[in-house]
Order: sequence, then structure tokens, then C-alpha cells
Amino acid sequence: MTAAAREAQFPSWDIVFFGGAFMNVELSRRGFLKATGAGVAATSLGAMGFGAAEAAVAAHVRPLKLANTTETRNTCPYCSVACGIIIYSKGDVRKGERAEVVHIEGDVDHPTNLGTLCPKGAALKDFVQAPTRLTQPRIRKPGSDRFEDVSWDAALDRIARLMKHDRDANFLATNAEGLAVNRWTTTGMLAASATTNETAWTTFKVAKALGIVGFDNQARV
Amino acid sequence: MTNAWTDIKNTDLVVVMGGNAAEAHPCGFKWVTEAKAHRGAKLIVVDPRYTRTASVSDFYAPIRQGTDIAFLLGVINYCIQNNKVQWDYTKAFTNASYIIQDGFGYSDGLFTGYDEEKRDYDRSSWDYVMDEDGFARTDPTLTHPRCVWNLLKDHVSAYTPEMVERICGTPKAKFLKVAEVISECSSPTKTMTSMYALGWTQHSHGAQNIRAMAMLQLILGNIGVRGGGMNALRGHSNIQGLTDLGLMSHLLTGYLNMPTEKEPDFETYMKSRQFRPLRPGQTSYWQNYRKFMVSFQKAMWGDAATAENGWGYHYLPKLDVPAYDVLRMFELMNHGRVNGYICQGFNPVLAFPNRGKVVAGLSKLKFLITMDPLETETARFWENHGEFNDVDTASIQTEVIQLPTRCFAEDEGSLTNSGRWLQWFWPAATPPGEARSDIWIMSQIFLRMREMYRREGGAFPDPLLNLSWDYHDPNDPEPEELAKEINGRALRDLTDPNDPSRVLVPAGKQVLNFTQLRDDGSTMCGCWIYSGNFNEAGNNMARRDNHDPDNTGAYLGWTFAWPLNRRTLYNRASADLNGKPWDPSRKLMEWDGTKWTGYDVPDIAPNAKPQDVMPFIMNQEGVSRLFSRGMMRDGPFPAHMEPFESPVQNVFNRKMRGNPVARIFESDVSQFGTSDEFPYAATSYRLTEHFHYWTKHNRVNASLQPEFFVELSEELAAEKGIQPGSWVRVWSKRGSVKAKAMVTKRIRPMMCDGKTVHVIGIPLHWGFVGAAKKGFGPNSLTPFVGEANIETPGYKAFLVNIEPSTAPGGAVA
Ligand code: SF4
Repeated sequence: MTAAAREAQFPSWDIVFFGGAFMNVELSRRGFLKATGAGVAATSLGAMGFGAAEAAVAAHVRPLKLANTTETRNTCPYCSVACGIIIYSKGDVRKGERAEVVHIEGDVDHPTNLGTLCPKGAALKDFVQAPTRLTQPRIRKPGSDRFEDVSWDAALDRIARLMKHDRDANFLATNAEGLAVNRWTTTGMLAASATTNETAWTTFKVAKALGIVGFDNQARV
Repeated sequence: MTNAWTDIKNTDLVVVMGGNAAEAHPCGFKWVTEAKAHRGAKLIVVDPRYTRTASVSDFYAPIRQGTDIAFLLGVINYCIQNNKVQWDYTKAFTNASYIIQDGFGYSDGLFTGYDEEKRDYDRSSWDYVMDEDGFARTDPTLTHPRCVWNLLKDHVSAYTPEMVERICGTPKAKFLKVAEVISECSSPTKTMTSMYALGWTQHSHGAQNIRAMAMLQLILGNIGVRGGGMNALRGHSNIQGLTDLGLMSHLLTGYLNMPTEKEPDFETYMKSRQFRPLRPGQTSYWQNYRKFMVSFQKAMWGDAATAENGWGYHYLPKLDVPAYDVLRMFELMNHGRVNGYICQGFNPVLAFPNRGKVVAGLSKLKFLITMDPLETETARFWENHGEFNDVDTASIQTEVIQLPTRCFAEDEGSLTNSGRWLQWFWPAATPPGEARSDIWIMSQIFLRMREMYRREGGAFPDPLLNLSWDYHDPNDPEPEELAKEINGRALRDLTDPNDPSRVLVPAGKQVLNFTQLRDDGSTMCGCWIYSGNFNEAGNNMARRDNHDPDNTGAYLGWTFAWPLNRRTLYNRASADLNGKPWDPSRKLMEWDGTKWTGYDVPDIAPNAKPQDVMPFIMNQEGVSRLFSRGMMRDGPFPAHMEPFESPVQNVFNRKMRGNPVARIFESDVSQFGTSDEFPYAATSYRLTEHFHYWTKHNRVNASLQPEFFVELSEELAAEKGIQPGSWVRVWSKRGSVKAKAMVTKRIRPMMCDGKTVHVIGIPLHWGFVGAAKKGFGPNSLTPFVGEANIETPGYKAFLVNIEPSTAPGGAVA
């Protein structure tokens, strides 16, 4: 069964559930879209070997779901299989536009996952648009039972001040023998396990230059 | 991984132990299915639970968690006893023939040099006998009684099938079946791959689990070949990258080491890092350490790193302990010796052991900064959630600043997968609200602090003031600029040493890769092993050519793999001493008389003669190590060690508890339970529908697996009067959780050392924020002890008790 036929059979199911798992490998969804373009006539689909019924469905379903979206290559951020994904968004963020994700599926051209995704990757859109996404810097004061919104400037100034204060008070320039050790043990940092290498390098530079030695990442666990 | 996910299709036998790839790495596991369908490969699973991976296996054997070393040494013993050894490979490419010092020995579960007081070994005798030229002595005939092979043979002889059954609880017949199938891969034309994950690493003896399998793979000749290897599946999407880039207390980038107090200056630091070859003519690639180190320091501090100041050596902190790892930091926090903590995309309240101690530690901080795209339990550790987080909010004086970050869909850059592929990706969406990138946030913290130090002065500002920050927009460096910095460039014209008139790399240009780095300050490179990722040819991580000549699974045109775009590590070992592939149908590399050719980038100098230069170029010997010298704190060979909390005693030494050299903090000594009080052996694991504590924020995943449960056998349920689906309480010496009981046939009681052992399985996906029902994680129960070499906390083998219960306060029954 082709993906289009399957969707015709289960039209109410969000295609997220299928991910790319049922993709026709000869003519991938991605290749299909590329080859046909949006709003394609059913006749040219017929010429590509699609039955009339499938073509009719495709002609309706495709443009509705994914026409006029921007395709972006990305990687599933969960496990280290690192499946390739295609994100379909309304708007093109790389052209400076506002963009919103409308669909995420497996990248059929990716050698590892060949378009498939597992139940985690197949539901990635829900991560991007989770109700518990954070949108605003917040601060919880000592003893308080709530977070309060705070501006970025105020948050960052406060952080820099707290850190400098602690570093100046507790930085160990020399040890008992008088040797230079230049370490800061009273503030520590855990680095993320799903950020990019470029983020990691920035984080590394700042943390090590500050002399933070209590510095680890998820690999420790 | 030594190999790639796509290479698994080339194998004949997959052994999954210490992992559950079908469930935790589903799309990678497809390559196992592929090998089974198209090569007729077999799959063996050895696990305490009959996992989803086991359900598609050809053979499953149960094992008590934490006893994998005994099992694997049992297999090695079987192979040696039955002459199932890839002899040519073992003799040529391992240190089997090396002679070991007379002082070295093993008895009563301990190696020579044990000091109970210090919980440490004096490792001086764990080494080769050297000749007058400083080379290791060998006996290629393997007859010398002190050669590694004969010591190994003797060491593993205790691990008979009967002993394996006694320790591991694996019925002898099942063990023998597994050993027999594995031993067939000693044929040069049969290959086995090992797929493992946290089921091996999260033990106080985790590194030795892995070594045991690596040794087995070596004597079977399965390292460096297609369809072979040691394949660490790794957990998170960029855990590999962050480790490669040295975001660890004891590391710098590219596995260079942080200096210690014992190394007061740069030359002293370099002195113990000469890496002179231990056999004539060997590569010992770490001899280039100085080039990588100086180039790294130049990347950090630019012109401020000079020959005179040891390339800014004192800008780096010096360690007084092996590492300020996470366990040490939380121990110090509990003692009031840590004031501030930054959690970037990290949720220690659910990730670190003994949650009670973690929350107590965070409560003692002056400030906690979190950076995440999603809510986390850590950012809200002060918030009372009834039984799920029973804290006294008003008494917690920690100031918490929660920063919203972008997620993958809004970000750009590279991630390194477990096969070491650096894959660039692009942003597709506008971040919600005021969420910002981690790069921007780190830059802002840095720029603000630098400005304060400029204005006000303060403690040793030099490394901060001189930190190289030469970006187009210092407020928000571009990912591509950072990637170029990681690759490295020439700071002056690099000329050909043989012809100084020839400029190899003009000043300011990207180096091709790390082979062009120098130790005189004329090059800079953020992370040498990644060099080649973004050179003058462009962003190689963005490449997306998926052609695969002859379907080897190499995909050399797809993104970039470190090092040097090499896809299979040690690939020179895929060919024999004459450079001919062991298995012509699975050729990877071949010597054509003058150079190495094949499907991969050779893991050796392209013109290194096969008879002369051995494949394991990172080792001073040029060969791999069956005997690891003093490299590991807990022994040059793996030896059976029980978990710290075990239902049975160590049969080799009944007094010995856990790993004899694992670090234990004073305050945790009273926190270990015994089997009288806590009779059941618990373990933690993942489910395919969830990724850690992130996907519980997604409605789809939260509805697929909505609720915390624990898994137990029908036998234990009957014994305890526990009904399927009813509430139970599970508790350890350190904490207590409530869960729904999943009574299953997937777990069966085992018989170990004459005792019935019941296993309880505890998945790790629930907390008190998100879309799923509130629940607990195994870390409420697990002990505060790390792996002896690397301090990875153990989550896979600990003791609990269980009883029928009622719903936790606030939950719907
Ligand atoms: S889709 Fe599944 S298997 Fe693929 S990277 Fe994501 S979590 Fe891993």
C-alpha cells in the first residue's frame, strides 16, 4: 500500500502516527512532492504510475497538508541513532519570515533511517509545540512559591552578578604549596546533551575560561 | 561505536547485552533486522528481562543484572578451551604475546597492589617487561608463562559454565548455546557485532563490562571489520559530541586532559604525554599531542597564548582530584560547599541517583540557573507536588532563574551520532515567545562578566579578558563561525618542512584537517579530532550525498565522520598481515603493494607497510590490549565484581562489596541496603514510546505510555499478593516510590549461588511536570556510587523491597 492509499483508508488519522514508516521506497514522499509540485494535475500522476483513485486522493490531500510549506532538513534530537527528519513549516525562517511547524517526518534520503521514525521521532511536532514550552525568562526568589517573569536583560545581569560575586569570593588562585591552580569549585555547570557541537564549543570556552571545574555533561550519566 | 549503524547489515551475529536496541534505538535496530533478513544473521539477547529486542531474537538467555563480566569471561574461557580463536589476528594485532612483570598477580577477587584503606591499587606491576631499548618484550610463540595470553587463559579459567550459572543465574545449557554461537565467529569470514548501551555503563564496574566484550571481540578478530566492532549505542543525540568536545570535568577537547596540580607548568604537563612507541616502527599517534594541545590553546586565547606563557597554560584550571564529577559536586553541595549551579538542558532531579540527596543539595545553593526549551523538575525542585515532590517550599532559599531556550526545530548546527557522524541541520521554525539560543545565552553571560571584570577587576580575570571571541556578532556567534573555529586555521603561512618556499596553507585559511596542525603556535584548532569538519572545501557536515558504492554501508559522502571522515575505526585490521582482507567478500581495506585502498579512509598512514605498522595506532604498542596495563583503576583484566547492593555475595571473595576501588563518600556508607532488608534486585530501563523525561511533555507520547509502573514476575506477585494493575510501593535504603504493578512473564526468578533472585524493572520516564500522569523515576531509589574509572552512577543493579499499596497523594487510583 502506498502512503497515499493508506491515508485514504485512514483519513482522520494524523499522518504523524505513520511517520515515514509506510513510505513507498521506490518513489518517496519527498521525491513525489518534488517531482510533482503543488497543485499538480491528476493526469501527470497517472503518468507516473499512480492509479486514478490514488492520484485523486493525492491531488486533494497533498496540497492541503504540505503545499506551500518550507522543507528543512533536521535531525531527531532524542537518541543517537540521529534519524534524519524533514520539517515542513509555514513560512521560511531562513528568509527572515515567521515560521511555524506544520508537520515533521522521516527523511527518506537519510542512509540510517530511510524515512522511518520511531514513536518518539514520529511525535516530534508535539515537542516543538508542547504546552510546557518555555517562552519567558523567569525568576523564583528565595522562599517564594512561584516564578515571576523577568526581562532577559534583568535575568542576565543578575546571573552575571551572582556568578562574579561567587567567583571573586571563592576562586582559588594558588594551592597550599603556592602553585597556581586557578580553579573555581563553588559554582558548577551541567551542559546539555542535545545541543549542537557549536553550542557545546561556546559553552566549553566560557566555562573553562571561568575556571569552572565542576563541569560535566550527560555522558557522565 | 567503532562502526556505523548502516554497517550492522554486514554482520553474521548480533549480540545485544547491556542494551535494548529495538526499544531504545528503534530505527538503528532496523539494520539488525536487515542483517537477519538478507544475510541470515542471528540475534542473541542476554538480559534480565525478556525485552522487545529479545522478542525478535533467535536466542535469549537470562542474566542477573551486574554480572556480565562473569558471563563474558565465561565465553572467552569457552573460546580458548575449544580453540575458537582467530589466531592470526590475535597474534598479530593484540598484546597476547607481551610479557608481563613478575609482580603482577590475582587472587581472592583482587589484583596485586590492593590497599583497602585507600580503596585503590598500586598499579606499578601491571605492566610489560621492557628491554634495554625501552621496548616491550614479547614471545610470538605464546609459550612464555608470563605472556598476556597465558595469564589471560589462567585468569578466565575460573569462569566455567557452572560458575557462570552460579553467578549469573543463566542456566548452563543456555550459556553454552550462546558461547557456541559466538565462538563460531572466530572464523575470519564470520563476524559478530556487539551492541550495548547503559545496561553496561551504569555499574560501578561499567568500563570492565565493555572491556570484557572488547577482549572477546579481539580474540575473535571482529574489530575493524565490516559487520563487527564494539558499538556503544549512546543515549542522547549529542552525548558523543559533548564528550568529544571535552565538556567534562577532567577533559579538554578531543580527549586531551585537563591539567592537574601535579603539573605546575606546560613542560611538566607534556612530559608525561610523550607517547614514545613501545614497539619499533609503531605509529603511536598521540605523539602529536603537543600539536593538538598548542593549537587548542591558540583557539582559546589567540595572541595571548604564547610560547613564553606555556600557551596560556595557567589560564586553564588545575585539578586536585581526578574530577569534579556530578556525584562529587552534589556531595559538596550537601556540605554547603557549592553556591551556584547552571543546568543547561539537564534535569538532575530525575537524572542523578538518590534524589533525596540531589534535592537536598539544590536546596543549599544560593542560585540555580536552568536553560531548557521545556519545563523541568529541576527548575521546579522547590515546588511542592504532594508525594511526588514533598518539599517545604518556604524553607528553600535558592534563587532560581529559568531561561527559555530554542529547541532543535529552531536551531542550527551539528550533532554527532553514535557512529561519529557530524550531521549539520537547519532551522525551520520561529522560537516561541522570547526563547533564545544557548549560544546567545552563553555569549551574553560571558560578555557581561567580561565587562564587569574590565570595569571592576576581580579574581584572575586574564583567561576571561583574553578569551578569543572574534565573531562577526560577538553577541550571537554564528554556528558556522564556531564550526570553523573547531576545524582550525593557519595563523601564519604554513610552509612545507622539506621545501620552505612552498606554502601549504596560507595564513588565515582553514587547515585541511588535523594532520596540518603544528606545535609552534602557527595553527589554531578548537577540537583536533573534529578537524576536517569545515575546511576550505566548505561545511563537510552539511554534505548529503547518499551514494554507497558496492553497498558497503560506508556512505562516505554523507555528512562528515570523525576522525578524517573515517567510518570504521581500526579498519586496517580488516586485512591480514599481508594487507589482504580476512574476508574477500567483505573487503574494507586492502594493501595494493604501495598504499591502502578500499571503501573507507584508512585508519593508518596510507603508505604504512602492512607487515610493519600495526593497526591500533592510538596505542603506543600499535596493537590492541587484552591486558590493559595500568590504564584502568580496577584491573588490567576484567574480574567479576558484584554490584554494591547485591542479593548474593561475591563468590570469589565474600567480604568484597561492589567494586573494591569505587569511590564512596563517607555520608553514603550508611545509605547502602542489604538483601535481608531489601531482598529484590531492581534495574532501570527505557520504553520505546518515551525519551527520558522529555516526551512526557508531548501529548502523543504521554497518551501512549501515560503512567509510571514497575514490572515484576508472576511468581513474585503471587508471593506478595500483588494484583496486576494495582498500586505498589517500592522502596530502597534511600527512597520510596509508588507505582502501578505490571505483572509479567517477561521477568522470571533466577537461581544464583543457591538463592532465588527476583528482579524488579523500573522504567524512567515520569516526573511531576508535563502532559503525562505524575510519577516517579528509579533515581529516587538508586545508590550514590559511581563507576570506578569514570564515576558514571550505577542505575542498573540495586536492592529494593515491594509491597501492595494505595495511590500516592494527588494521583487518580
Ligand atoms: S526517531 Fe527514534 S530511533 Fe530515530 S533518532 Fe529519534 S528517537 Fe532515535
